[in-house]
Amino acid sequence: MSLFDKFAPLAAQYSQLEHAGANPFNVSFDNVISPTEAMIKGRKTLLLGTNNYLGLTYDPAVIAKAVEATELYGTGTTGSRIANGNYTGHQRLERALADFYGRKHAMVFSTGYQANLGIISTLAGKNDHLLLDADSHASIYDGSRLGYAQVTRFRHNSPDDLANRLRRLAGEPGDKIIVVEGIYSMLGDTAPLREFAAVKREYGAYMIVDEAHSMGVLGETGRGLAEAAGVEADADFIVGTFSKSLAGVGGFCVSDMDGFDIMRVASRPYMFTASLPPGVIAATEEALHQMRIRPALRRQLTENAHQLYAGLAGLGFELGPEPSPVVSAVMPSPEAAFAFWAKLLEAGLYTNVSLPPATPKGMALLRSSVSAAHTPAQISHAIALFAQVGQELGLIQAASRPELASVK
Amino acid sequence: MANLTGDIRDIIFDTLRSSLPNAVEISEQTHIVDDLGLDSVAVMDFVMEIEDRLDISVPLDKIAEVETLGDLIATVRSLKDSA
Ligand SMILES: Cc1ncc(COP(=O)(O)O)c(C=O)c1O
Repeated sequence: MSLFDKFAPLAAQYSQLEHAGANPFNVSFDNVISPTEAMIKGRKTLLLGTNNYLGLTYDPAVIAKAVEATELYGTGTTGSRIANGNYTGHQRLERALADFYGRKHAMVFSTGYQANLGIISTLAGKNDHLLLDADSHASIYDGSRLGYAQVTRFRHNSPDDLANRLRRLAGEPGDKIIVVEGIYSMLGDTAPLREFAAVKREYGAYMIVDEAHSMGVLGETGRGLAEAAGVEADADFIVGTFSKSLAGVGGFCVSDMDGFDIMRVASRPYMFTASLPPGVIAATEEALHQMRIRPALRRQLTENAHQLYAGLAGLGFELGPEPSPVVSAVMPSPEAAFAFWAKLLEAGLYTNVSLPPATPKGMALLRSSVSAAHTPAQISHAIALFAQVGQELGLIQAASRPELASVK
Repeated sequence: MANLTGDIRDIIFDTLRSSLPNAVEISEQTHIVDDLGLDSVAVMDFVMEIEDRLDISVPLDKIAEVETLGDLIATVRSLKDSA
């Protein structure tokens, strides 16, 4: 008997992938060349499986700020802000985020995952009720388990089911807090936020919107789905991450609600972990600035997303319900997803495999994501590789195969 | 709603049979994860079907405590009684 016996089925699957020499859950980049290219096993590979939506990871201004702050303030803060002190950069970044969202308050967390843990577990107290979309990210589920509130799950993107559940809770004491996401990371679909907002108002609930995948992607100024849907006033709390459009690491929450700052001494995932290094904070502030002054990045991202979505749909792949920077092809089985993934990688294209229970309805997904930094030629090339591998594996018809484009 | 206990068992067994790919023998002793091979999300999805049919919400912490179909019947029954 070993402590790890309970993982035997998982371990068997994992070692099978390792032995096959193609494990999507253990890829190493020998070197990263740009937001869209890396060396994998000595081979130059096109990256179509990052969350680098705006391609800012190598932005010279962002890098310069990271270097400058690291030299000025050192590599780490070595502690939490409540125990070991605040750095001016953290406070400046919070003001910049509050300004960007037009809200009074902003709080920075060490990751987006922790932002959800910290906000959800703290806002919802013992007698309160959390209502989570069924397809919520792991960090939302984990945040709800960390707290003491009653947790109810409603059907994905169903305002009617949410309303039903709020109706069943109507007589119960305690606040009701709804949690939804802007763009869902598995299928790239957006929430019907206007309808959710109406339900929220009808039942007097609060609403948290996680814009992890929609910040910098949706909305007139890139604030996300709440902005795009015109319901920012109903999104009482916006949670987000620095690890995607902002090309760094970290998370945040903004709100207009008075009293929000008490979270700093009540939220354990904020209090009991070290704050982000000054270099990361400075880079994030600059990336936010770049995002704001370069709306062209968002337009390019949208064009690229449409190109990939239309290309893969045209080949006959079953995709998510709408074009978005996340484009996932539904595979008939996990084995098919692994085989597809491995063949694409062999051909020089890096994507992601997503499996249940991380995916909805037991789906096996081959997940791609585009960046503003991709050229149209790179995306055409990726589509051609999908066509080639899709036919080799018998997943799509041969007739729809376009010519393999060369990448500049 | 006279004999709801029996009804609830029927509804749960019914829902389960229609959502499983293969016909399997099920009883109140059936262990939902070990015997049926459902993962955490599949269990929650299956419970959602039952919630719809009985117009109740089963909180996630209650679902987490459930191991066998008998446990589920008892949980659903007590929620339905207090609704
Ligand atoms: C919806 C959602 N929320 C939160 C996170 C966590 O973000 P981070 O990577 O910053 O921890 C992610 C990304 O993984 C996500 O998809």
